Amino acid sequence: MTSTLKKDRIAENFREKMDYDELLNCMRCGFCLPSCPTYIESGMDESQSPRGRIALMKAVVDGEIEPDDDVKRSLDLCLGCRACEPVCPSGVNYGHLLEQARDIIYQNKKKSVGEKVVRGVVFKQLFPHQDRMINAASLLGFYQRSGLQKVARYSGIMNFFPDTLRTMEKVLPTVPKRRSMKNRAEYMPAIGIQKKKVAFFSGCLMDTVFMKTNDATIKLLQYAGCEIVIPKTQNCCGALHGHSGEREKAKEMAKRNIEAFENIGADYIISNAGGCGAFLVDYNYLLKDDPVWSERALQFSKKIKDISSILVDLRFHKKEMKLENQIVTYQDSCHLKNGQKTFMEPRVLLESLQGIKYVEMKDAGRCCGSAGIYNIVESEMSMQILDYKMKQTKNTNAKTIVTANPGCLLQMQLGIEREGLTGKMQAVHIVDLLLEAYENANKTN
Amino acid sequence: MLDEHLKNTLIEIVGNENYQDSKTSLLTYSYDATPGFQSLPEAVISPRNTSEVSQIVKLCNQHRIPIVPRGSGTNLSAGTTPLHGGIVLLMKHFNSILEIDEENLTVRAQPGVITQTLIEAIEEKGLFYPPDPSSMKISQIGGNINENSGGLRGLKYGVTRDYVLGLEVVLPNGEIIKTGGKLAKDVAGYDLTRLFVGSEGTLGIITEALLKLIPKPETKQTILALYQNLEAAAKSVSAIIANHIIPATLEFLDQPTLKAVEDFAQIGLPTNVKAVLLIEQDGPEDIVKKDIEKITKICLANNAISVNSANTEEEKEALTAARRAALSALARLRPTTILEDATVPRSEIANMVNAIQEIAKKYDVTICTFGHAGDGNLHPTCLTDIRNQEEMSRVEKAFEEIFHKAIELGGTITGEHGVGAMKLPYLHLKVGEAGMDIMQNIKEAFDPNNIMNPGKMFPIERKRVVVEE
Repeated sequence: MTSTLKKDRIAENFREKMDYDELLNCMRCGFCLPSCPTYIESGMDESQSPRGRIALMKAVVDGEIEPDDDVKRSLDLCLGCRACEPVCPSGVNYGHLLEQARDIIYQNKKKSVGEKVVRGVVFKQLFPHQDRMINAASLLGFYQRSGLQKVARYSGIMNFFPDTLRTMEKVLPTVPKRRSMKNRAEYMPAIGIQKKKVAFFSGCLMDTVFMKTNDATIKLLQYAGCEIVIPKTQNCCGALHGHSGEREKAKEMAKRNIEAFENIGADYIISNAGGCGAFLVDYNYLLKDDPVWSERALQFSKKIKDISSILVDLRFHKKEMKLENQIVTYQDSCHLKNGQKTFMEPRVLLESLQGIKYVEMKDAGRCCGSAGIYNIVESEMSMQILDYKMKQTKNTNAKTIVTANPGCLLQMQLGIEREGLTGKMQAVHIVDLLLEAYENANKTN
Repeated sequence: MLDEHLKNTLIEIVGNENYQDSKTSLLTYSYDATPGFQSLPEAVISPRNTSEVSQIVKLCNQHRIPIVPRGSGTNLSAGTTPLHGGIVLLMKHFNSILEIDEENLTVRAQPGVITQTLIEAIEEKGLFYPPDPSSMKISQIGGNINENSGGLRGLKYGVTRDYVLGLEVVLPNGEIIKTGGKLAKDVAGYDLTRLFVGSEGTLGIITEALLKLIPKPETKQTILALYQNLEAAAKSVSAIIANHIIPATLEFLDQPTLKAVEDFAQIGLPTNVKAVLLIEQDGPEDIVKKDIEKITKICLANNAISVNSANTEEEKEALTAARRAALSALARLRPTTILEDATVPRSEIANMVNAIQEIAKKYDVTICTFGHAGDGNLHPTCLTDIRNQEEMSRVEKAFEEIFHKAIELGGTITGEHGVGAMKLPYLHLKVGEAGMDIMQNIKEAFDPNNIMNPGKMFPIERKRVVVEE
């Protein structure tokens, strides 16, 4: 239970820090309701809708209700998928409001010693430092390769973990060896005629657990005619922090990234993770009140582009790409679609592949329930959302589900595992599929 | 909060999961899409069937607890704000389409079915249910019936009222009645069906509806006529009707509305003109073609600078979808958006458009105008800031004058949004004192204890209800 004193402090912070004009910008028309996964899955509960959540935030500011546990619960259960934003005719920046509200609640939350330690390690010690991310990932790699994983699975020790985590453990990709994670080149030339100079945002998780996908991204950029710079001093984008009520830490990380990229002279900064990209695009908002950094942040944000978007710009879909005959479907990354407004490009690329039949699933733009660590902390709702998603993917008869963000990729793999479809259906990151198709078609020439 | 005993009885009826009274729940059912109205209910209840509705209503009638039936809460006259507390009755479990009867061309549906879902199910069978309020993606059929919703197709096809053949209603005393039927003709007694349509939840709870369907038009064409002068656009509207053409849709958007909508939809709407008419005709191909040709000529003769037609289905859909977003898109411009729906005879559209502009100037307020010009139903929308009391009072005066002007031109204070709490002070302008009396007598005959959505349509004198034991 939240104490009265604490509630008073939260309410005061709401009055001081929430953007009241933005709250008023919601005119409560309800056009967002049908787009909200939690509204739908909760059986149309208004307190689980964007309009309801904004009304709650405003009511706390206006002193109409206290920020009690139910208010916190309503905000916690939001996926942060931002599907409500593109359908909002008034243009309410819901994502910003959610971040502000969560930040206030978490800064005031009394955390247990355990939670403090975990949050400290994750947010301050681990993610901001890529070398430590590599160490952590190596540990996971050691677990997978050493035989420990097998021991863990057969010994039954995994049964002590919640269902979602247990299945998640099964679908995690095999982590690359420590050496390869440490020795990434800083510069890669274009293959063929150079058309653009780009910088690559390699990401923290993407450059460890999903390193193969990063390699594929770089390869594709080279084939597309890009000279690539990968600054060593970059770090995690800070999205995890920003979405979990650690805004100050997120700002710190944003500044480091801006510094790392600003003097390269790149035309674009390329990201291959929808979640990171949307946060990078938003640096100018994150740092808007910082006189020293706001302009630099704006210049940085303007250059952010998703891999699928630059590939279409460079007409990569006109190149020959071929796969074995199969049905392919695409699951939008919420933040790529709603944050970066990139949703046509992946489809254009997929439809250009020879041999495949692209079938759009119903509600492809609806969140898969991954949402950062949502599938672990809110696994019941997440699995309910995932079940709906799997029903739609199965209706397409697809063999391959294509995603554009590591979280979505893992979640879809989780869905395949839960449905017992492992071996019959696969989930892949779009760049891995594109590279395979490109090299497949071009290996003989 | 409701009395503990009463609360327990209600929980016995609907089950724990369908009774909510946390502060969060009460707050999120304290408003609808109408600015400036908010009031907490004491409980939010979601009955699962008609018998449960009847039990709840009986109990509330006995204890004099107000009941506000609610669909998705998109109405624009504060009709679903629980201004006197009590119970918000959610119809979310009533979400089935029960029967599509292709021999009688009817659909039987529960009130919680989303309008768009109903329309899609019907169009799959090659049939057509025309009422299409702008909120159709989320609004519920029950809400549409209670508010007698209109929409973009009202001009040619009429409004919700014209499609309701029969209803199942729980009366305020808990009795269940069925009105109408699958009948093209039926004069047995008073037409209670029509009385319930547009009654704003003040006479009973609708638990089932029988709706009329028509064959789906074969083709559709959409054009945009561009104007550098508001009056010219308005005059075109009257001229089209006067030439005996009834388009399916004839919408008017002024420049500020166009800009706001384009900002949202980004479909290449012309933002450098003063007004546009969005016109749609449907029906057999050759007739549609002829009508559109005639309409184009009339628009050009009335000083349209150009007339462009939408070429693909996507383009047509994008245009009407953009128009549906007009009100909410205007909310981008100022913190508070207040919308009215004064309606005049179609011949008076140009006069009304001019009057709105003059009134806006007189009170120094920003009023954008869009709306279903073809049926005389305009949506003058005031962009303001609820925090600025001085401005708000000018807004109120401006709207009052708009209502008076509408009545003077032979119109009404509300064409499709209903009276609710918002237009309650002006109802007498339209219906007169004797009209008010007879309406209030009807209300009393149905609901002597005034438990059904009190404070809507008519002023309420008594104070907030105290639970009696």
